[in-house]
Amino acid sequence: MTAVDLHAEGLRRDAFRERLALFGLCSPALTLIMVILVIPVGWLFYVSFIGADGQFSLENYDRMLTSKSYARIFRTTFEVSLLTTAICILIGYPLAYFLSQMPSRIANLCLITVLLPFWTSLLVRTYAWLVLLQKKGLVNSWAIDLGLWDEPIKIVHNMTGTLIGMVHIMLPFLVLPLYGSMKAIDRDYLRAASNLGASPVRNFWTVFFPLSAPGLFAGSLIVFVLCLGFYVTPAVLGGGKVILVSMKIASNIELFVNWGAASALGVVLLVLTMLILWGAARFLKLEQLTGGGHQ
Amino acid sequence: MGRGALTSQVTEALPITIRGVTKTYGRVHALDAVDLDIRSGEFMTLLGPSGSGKSTLLMVLAGFTRPDRGSLMFGDREVIRTPPHLRNVGMVFQNYALFPHMTVAGNVGYPLRLRGVPKAEIAERCERTLETVQLGGYGERQIDQLSGGQKQRVALARAIVFEPRILLMDEPLSALDKKLRDRMQIELRHLHEKLGMTTVYVTHDQREALTMSDRIAVINHGRLMQLDTPARIYDRPANRFVADFIGESAFLPVTRLGEAVLHAGLPLTLAEPPPEADRLVLMIRPERVKVASGLAEGNTNRFAATVSDIVYQGDSFLMYATLADGTEVNVRGVVRSTTIAELPTVGSAVMLALEPEDTVLIADTDSGAGTAG
Repeated sequence: MTAVDLHAEGLRRDAFRERLALFGLCSPALTLIMVILVIPVGWLFYVSFIGADGQFSLENYDRMLTSKSYARIFRTTFEVSLLTTAICILIGYPLAYFLSQMPSRIANLCLITVLLPFWTSLLVRTYAWLVLLQKKGLVNSWAIDLGLWDEPIKIVHNMTGTLIGMVHIMLPFLVLPLYGSMKAIDRDYLRAASNLGASPVRNFWTVFFPLSAPGLFAGSLIVFVLCLGFYVTPAVLGGGKVILVSMKIASNIELFVNWGAASALGVVLLVLTMLILWGAARFLKLEQLTGGGHQ
Repeated sequence: MGRGALTSQVTEALPITIRGVTKTYGRVHALDAVDLDIRSGEFMTLLGPSGSGKSTLLMVLAGFTRPDRGSLMFGDREVIRTPPHLRNVGMVFQNYALFPHMTVAGNVGYPLRLRGVPKAEIAERCERTLETVQLGGYGERQIDQLSGGQKQRVALARAIVFEPRILLMDEPLSALDKKLRDRMQIELRHLHEKLGMTTVYVTHDQREALTMSDRIAVINHGRLMQLDTPARIYDRPANRFVADFIGESAFLPVTRLGEAVLHAGLPLTLAEPPPEADRLVLMIRPERVKVASGLAEGNTNRFAATVSDIVYQGDSFLMYATLADGTEVNVRGVVRSTTIAELPTVGSAVMLALEPEDTVLIADTDSGAGTAG
């Protein structure tokens, strides 16, 4: 019996060449990420450990731990982010639910109105809110005309204005993933629950809500993380009264030209965000283990 | 709601009375004034092609589709306006609709939790029902760890655990492979005999309907075409649609001449009088027609034909024959080692023979409700 060439070596080489070609296709993106992400972030880390005298020092981090104002800034940042996320959930969940129950054509139309702000400049939208919310703005004058309140009230250049603006900007980031996950819920699940005796309210809480939870969680996470580093809207609508980490970074550079302090803040924000994402990923996996996640 | 009283496995079944149920989508009648009586404890199959309205009817029974008008009685309770969660009927969905965020026990126990059954009793009844569907000990499994057949059983367990008196099934076996489907058909049938609940089963698979049902309601264009036992549906279809939809058949034109019925000018010998209809056709099932040996046998009806093809199919052969007027008639015969050699060759002339009992004349219409069995 003559031995047949089984091409083991050649086949292995082919597989390797394929992988190499695939890697080749990735290389522009990889290079880009190296240049615009890895190197700058590495530089950021490096700068954050340089003191005012140009020597290696931990003073930038030390200041954050000892200074009361920094603690307050971090607290405000988390407060604003949490509140914005919470309000987005309260507004966005019913909205996404409503959209998911509509016929597709109407839902798509409504989605466009949700998305429309996306296509308008962030700055324009923020200043529009400033115009609407100011002392003699549309909101105050209408409310007084309608008799809702007598004196113009302060709804901008404070926490209220910041939250109004941020919720408006962030809402699509919550509604879109949530709508997607709600749309993916097979109506037969709801029918089955109903058939098995679940009233509409029980049906919602025992079947619909748990099945939409992964989408809600994903959307909330996006909103929360985006809020942590948000700059323009709180800067304009907060009027200097609501100081977030991002604004402190800006003032460290623009006012004090202290790159080290700004970098350290950036690093801390980055690390905190990554910790939150890591925790969230663990939580999601846990949920999948207990059957919470679904395809 | 059927709580506690568990002395017997057999639950008291309920008859279903459907009257004048109509549902239109735009100008299409999904259901066109359907009247149907389903007996207490009966296994009733709604059979029809896709889009016939059989699923719509099941959805009306479950309460998911609101008809334009009609009456629906479970026993002597009118339920047409009762929301689905108050109807207390079990249902097995086509894709099972098992909740992915619950375990097997979570799914099966769900209807019991909604009914406020004590925890210990839920666990006990879940396990017992899972044993009934041969999945004892599977309670802690996740839904995505189950095979198709197991999911099917869990869905069934969930639908019967709260002992509904009516069980609805929407093509529950369509996602299974053929072998498993055949086995599940028998199992479902046994389970029905054991539990005794009135069962309404929707399928487009005529063989499944013939295998499982006490009676079959053939539905097309939102109307009842025939309601009868499987044997009567197959042997005495009420109209051409039923004859065509169930089993294979060839249709031969016939003319009525007084009392006699003629095909190609020759009178047919009939075992029973033809149905009252203006136009009739002769239905020939492939397995009921034979190739006649030379001599005339008794009083069979005979048709001269030419063999156009013969297909060997292992357990049987299928002969395609063409009559003088061009009608195609299929003949199915059992293959035995002795018959293989005797098979006529392609192109040869043969005489086809049909017993009077198998000479079935049917109304040449595609509509109209048939006889109630």
